[in-house]
Amino acid sequence: MSTPTTQAPPAADAAPRRGTASGFLSGPAGRNAGLVIALVILCVVGIATAGDRFASTDNLLTILRLAAVTGVVSVGMTFVIIGGGIDLSVGALVALSSVWATTLATQALAEDTHWILMAGTALLVGGVAGLVNGVVIAYGKLVAFIATLAMLAAARGLAEIIANRRTQIVQDQDFLRFFSGSPLGVPTLVWIFALVAVLGWVLLNRTTFGRRTFAVGGNAEAARLAGIRVQRHTVALYVLSGVTCGIAAVMLMARTTTGSSTHGTLLELDAIAAVVIGGTLLIGGRGTIVGTVLGVLIFTALSNVFTLNNLSSSAQAVAKGVIIVAAVLLQQRVAAGRRQRRSPKAVPPTAAEGGPAGASPGVPAP
Amino acid sequence: MSARHRRLLTTTVAVVGAAALVTGCTGNTPEATSSAGGNDAASSNDETGDTVVIGFSAPAADHGWMAQITAAAQAEADRYEDIELRVAEGTNDVSAQIAQVETFINDGVDAIVLLPFDGDAMTPIALEAMQAGIPVINVDREFSDPNAARVTVLGDNYGMGISAGQYVCSQLADKPDAVVAEVAGIDSLPLTQERSQGFSDALSECGLDVDNRVAAEFTVESGEEVTANLLQAAPQIDAIWNHDDDQGIGVLAAITNAGRDEFFMVGGAGSANAMRSIQAGDSVLQATVIYPASQAADGVRLARLLAQDKGLSDLTDVEVPRQITLSAPVVTKDNVDSYIDSAFES
Repeated sequence: MSTPTTQAPPAADAAPRRGTASGFLSGPAGRNAGLVIALVILCVVGIATAGDRFASTDNLLTILRLAAVTGVVSVGMTFVIIGGGIDLSVGALVALSSVWATTLATQALAEDTHWILMAGTALLVGGVAGLVNGVVIAYGKLVAFIATLAMLAAARGLAEIIANRRTQIVQDQDFLRFFSGSPLGVPTLVWIFALVAVLGWVLLNRTTFGRRTFAVGGNAEAARLAGIRVQRHTVALYVLSGVTCGIAAVMLMARTTTGSSTHGTLLELDAIAAVVIGGTLLIGGRGTIVGTVLGVLIFTALSNVFTLNNLSSSAQAVAKGVIIVAAVLLQQRVAAGRRQRRSPKAVPPTAAEGGPAGASPGVPAP
Repeated sequence: MSARHRRLLTTTVAVVGAAALVTGCTGNTPEATSSAGGNDAASSNDETGDTVVIGFSAPAADHGWMAQITAAAQAEADRYEDIELRVAEGTNDVSAQIAQVETFINDGVDAIVLLPFDGDAMTPIALEAMQAGIPVINVDREFSDPNAARVTVLGDNYGMGISAGQYVCSQLADKPDAVVAEVAGIDSLPLTQERSQGFSDALSECGLDVDNRVAAEFTVESGEEVTANLLQAAPQIDAIWNHDDDQGIGVLAAITNAGRDEFFMVGGAGSANAMRSIQAGDSVLQATVIYPASQAADGVRLARLLAQDKGLSDLTDVEVPRQITLSAPVVTKDNVDSYIDSAFES
């Protein structure tokens, strides 16, 4: 809150709310505590019903490994949503990146050089697609929902064209060996997830970039008057989300040993659900990485507990729906209570003036 | 070898079809192939006759199996000088597919081979074609009215389950308390329910049952995900049946990742990938159950016979049968060579 760029008067009305998100233990601790309790309950149910099969290191690592892909995408999604936007194209971008990185041409090139080239391709494709999203939204003034919906359709279509609707097998054994390894007993995929989450947390809570993200999402117009280049920042957020999609594509290629245009189907919904139950406001301006990570873990643990008990995937879907509604209801209660305690006259976040970053009519800042 | 072999195989299909009318399915064993030996009978039908125009319409080739359906139909038509195959652009839009059939009717084609995106929705237009005197060959997804098709060529989903179940039984005959797991496809589809029903029916005949069941979504990613959880749920497994070889790539990835190999796995649908794996014998995948991608190719051949007023030469009956249910044979290392050439690339 002490950066030179955000000291202009209009930023002040975003301050009370930003105060709640400034540290990861002080403000949102209450919300996160709720999520931890939910996770603990799930674990207790898991141990009670499946015993040692649930409470084993192997199973814990399986849950973390399965959470990793959704988790990485959700971290990117958290930034976009805090910044007042939404990215519906993440699943399609994962598919496109995975397909592009596993074409015969890319694989042949990677064979001559190094598998890092495949990973680089995926990140680049994700980043460029994210850039397109961002430019269309920030400078083309399209609503984020529509722009990324268009990208969702187009990117998956392009992935199908490139892959010719076939499943492309990853041939590079070094690639597979690297990503299926377990340094210090923890799968590489989980390390990547942890790394992305920690970097995301630092970026959001300890840098100017993070503070600007909160400002842009909380009140785009105020942020612009405060000297933040709202449009450029919005583009950066979507690029960030695109790059996390690229990372997720590499992880998915390692997990399934394939690149395919069917990868990441409905991943956007899983990511948004995780972000929302993690306490991030869908209209932007508030949210935490820790909450998002807990949200992802809750969903993954849920499906693990259900499978351990041999329950159908339909029952699982019902439980998932109930959890989303319950979590958001609970958060609204908590948030409302805190707002009243803090300042009776405070404007509820839903009434924050100025549209989301994507819809802001702001002129480029000087 | 391939032309002669394919003829043998087609003859076998004809024989199996005949048997299906009376008894249901028979195993497509190598013996049956060699004893069919209907070369002479088949070749008289293979002689070039009047040129027939056949309209062909199928859903979009959005997965390996469906792509092979159209490719095989085209390849079959190319083998006959007297077939002119008009292939409509594959579509998952029912109204577009109806328009395609309307065009065929207006053009006055001699026969229509139709793999409907939705059997119910395509029934009225198929009826219209039949009333216009154009025989319709219905492939894979059945119409709701039997009068809408002259011949119906079907795969056997229930039979796939039976074949897989019988194979598992034959491998685990001496283990009454063996743990059997099932990785199904999309659970809300009738075809998945039929496969699962067949599997559990066949297992119950040898005193086994499905101990752990998960459902994926026919995609590699979902296959990996549900299997990773499944392997945690069941610390010791004797056999796994996976409904679909496309998602099977993910299932195998999860198994490799978990370092498990105490069980054997049976696949489904019969992709070239799966068959290469079976041939190499380097994974837990021991067998796969075929859901033939040659159905539309058979449809094209039957359409030609109908248009030329010929019967199935291996049957006594003068007319082509009304319904043909294809067999769902089990492919193992022993007979994989006979099937791998006609398998689809996933």
